[in-house]
Amino acid sequence: MSERETAEPVELAINGVSCVRDGRTLFTQLEYNCPRGTVLQVLGFNGAGKTTLLNALAGLLPCSEGEILWRGHPIRRSRAFTAEVFYLGHQVPVKPSLTVWENLHWLARLRGQAVAAEQGLQALAQVDLDAYHGALCRNLSAGQKRRVALAQLYLSGERLWILDEPFTAIDKEGVARLQDLLQQHAERGGIAVITSHQALELPGLKNLNLSDYQPLDAYDYA
Amino acid sequence: MTMPDARPPVAGAWRAVLARDLKLSWRQRSDLVNPLLFYLITITLLPLGVDPSRQLLGSIAPGMLWIMALLATLLSLDSLFRCDYEDGTLVQFQLSSEPLFLTVLGKITAYWLTTGLPLALVSPLLAVMLALPPSGYLALVLSLLLGTAIMALIGALGAALTVCLRAGGLILTLVVMPLYLPVLIIGANAVSSAVAGFGYGRELALLGAGLALALMVMPAAVAGALRVSANQ
Amino acid sequence: MAWQWFHRLGSPRWFYEKTGRWLVWFAPITIALLVIGFTWGLAFAPVDAKQGNSYRIIFIHMPAAVLSLAGYYLMAIAGGIGLIWKMKLPFMVMKSAAVIGVAFTALTLITGSLWGYPTWGTFWEWDARNIFMLILLFLYLSIVLLGQVYPEQEAADKVCAILALVGTVNVPIIYKSVDWWYSLHQPASIKFTGSSSIHPSMLYPLLLCIVAYYCFYTLSLILYTRQEILAREARTKWVAALVEPGTENRVKG
Repeated sequence: MSERETAEPVELAINGVSCVRDGRTLFTQLEYNCPRGTVLQVLGFNGAGKTTLLNALAGLLPCSEGEILWRGHPIRRSRAFTAEVFYLGHQVPVKPSLTVWENLHWLARLRGQAVAAEQGLQALAQVDLDAYHGALCRNLSAGQKRRVALAQLYLSGERLWILDEPFTAIDKEGVARLQDLLQQHAERGGIAVITSHQALELPGLKNLNLSDYQPLDAYDYA
Repeated sequence: MTMPDARPPVAGAWRAVLARDLKLSWRQRSDLVNPLLFYLITITLLPLGVDPSRQLLGSIAPGMLWIMALLATLLSLDSLFRCDYEDGTLVQFQLSSEPLFLTVLGKITAYWLTTGLPLALVSPLLAVMLALPPSGYLALVLSLLLGTAIMALIGALGAALTVCLRAGGLILTLVVMPLYLPVLIIGANAVSSAVAGFGYGRELALLGAGLALALMVMPAAVAGALRVSANQ
Repeated sequence: MAWQWFHRLGSPRWFYEKTGRWLVWFAPITIALLVIGFTWGLAFAPVDAKQGNSYRIIFIHMPAAVLSLAGYYLMAIAGGIGLIWKMKLPFMVMKSAAVIGVAFTALTLITGSLWGYPTWGTFWEWDARNIFMLILLFLYLSIVLLGQVYPEQEAADKVCAILALVGTVNVPIIYKSVDWWYSLHQPASIKFTGSSSIHPSMLYPLLLCIVAYYCFYTLSLILYTRQEILAREARTKWVAALVEPGTENRVKG
């Protein structure tokens, strides 16, 4: 396994990235390379900049220094890159007044994918929501709503998954299933970058601890 | 790797967002009535606060009908991007394979169809209440149709700039009001010159030109603003 | 290579050090011009035949109006440069120009209404130029306020620049529409603009005052931008070096 990994080309490269928010340097000189088939868990205390890093990786926020490369090209404003990213933040983009099916269809539509009925039902079955496909999302629990959004992962052909706290409000069985999915994604050669407070049981899981990239002189003369 | 073969047409993003927003507002029908109620109530209050003589009302009616319509569109403006911001849909818009300005234009179109269009259509009823001479009805509807569309485009910029602010309402008004001014002047003048018996073709032409300009400038500006404010 | 030069122009530190040297002679010249212009206009220019001495406020009012409008474009251009070339300094200039713009439009409105009282008999007349200045004040205020309520400086700069740029498209439209509105509603009122000629003995001090105001505007823009640079770059080493004992007096400049 490890031999294969070292031979794989680097797809996502973080080169000397620093991010500053509210005048505070969150992390600096961050270096990390993700070859194909990496599942990377970003660690760090609350406020260490995990979400900021994920937003920067998705190309949503500019970095103060350094750059992020996808297959050797900078990711900012790159159509080719956004077509390969699936991003799910800690908010759940699910509309309460649409049904489960409508939400699934709409989110796939936004990603540029037309979902056939059977395919969609299969994805919903993977997150245990196939029986609810006609239910309005306002009647669902928080965990179920999140699973409506997570069902996209079963449809997704994107290479890079960026998931901010995907396990929030998900039950034990759901967590196990999501871990399986992440592993399958890695075996297909995809990359996943996630944050989570849970200890994950994935073979070959990589860790990136943001505490290691804290600036040394951040508070010297504040 | 599912993408390239099933790529939707260019205006697809516009139509998809438009259809979704219309469906959403239809399922929350009660919100649709708000601007209309506001328009009706303020117009009802006006004679009570001023003077019910038909002569006075008729002379201030063109301006008042326009100002109240303008305020009614402002009322719902704050929520234009708010829901999509709070549940993370705006982020999905940005990462969508479709250009953001088309998505934005779809949202603005839906907003206009659910606020500007109904306001313009009910305005003759309120014009009757304010004793506007009948020769001004058509000018009122036409100028409001064009004017509310321009205001929706301008207002979308204000909504986009303030979407991440907790108390964005006040600053939204300050941002948007000066930009609304030419629309108000030209629109109200279309009605009063129609009442006075002059033509109002010139004013409508000006509003149409304004709409064309706003259509060119605003979607891109709104998209740019959202790329900054939606990721706060 | 040419671009390197351009980007050095965008460096706050370069600006701070360069202007620090300019201020030594620029500030005295500005003050001298203002004193000469005001004394000439207020004390030595002849009395107006129709308005008496009250017209003299033109020497304070009119240059302020000119700069309020010019300042808006300066602000928008600075914002545009910042957006396109992703530089910090133009954004600081933009913010300074917005704050100073508020001051200049407010000065224009106040002096205008003081002038209006003896001339029209009222402090506020719905005159096209009055309304336009008021709207311009709102435009400036919206940019200043938007910049202040934003949690993140970089985002604040970008949204203010977008708003300023959209404003530049709108300013001429607002100007024209207010003018048009005024011509519809006040067909028979006094017009100061147009053919009314101004005697050279009044024109020369007025021109001098305009030049002095331009210098004053530039001076305040430089001073405010320098202050903004220090506030935003407070964590950098070169500002820290400035703050070290013995150099405090330079920081205030």
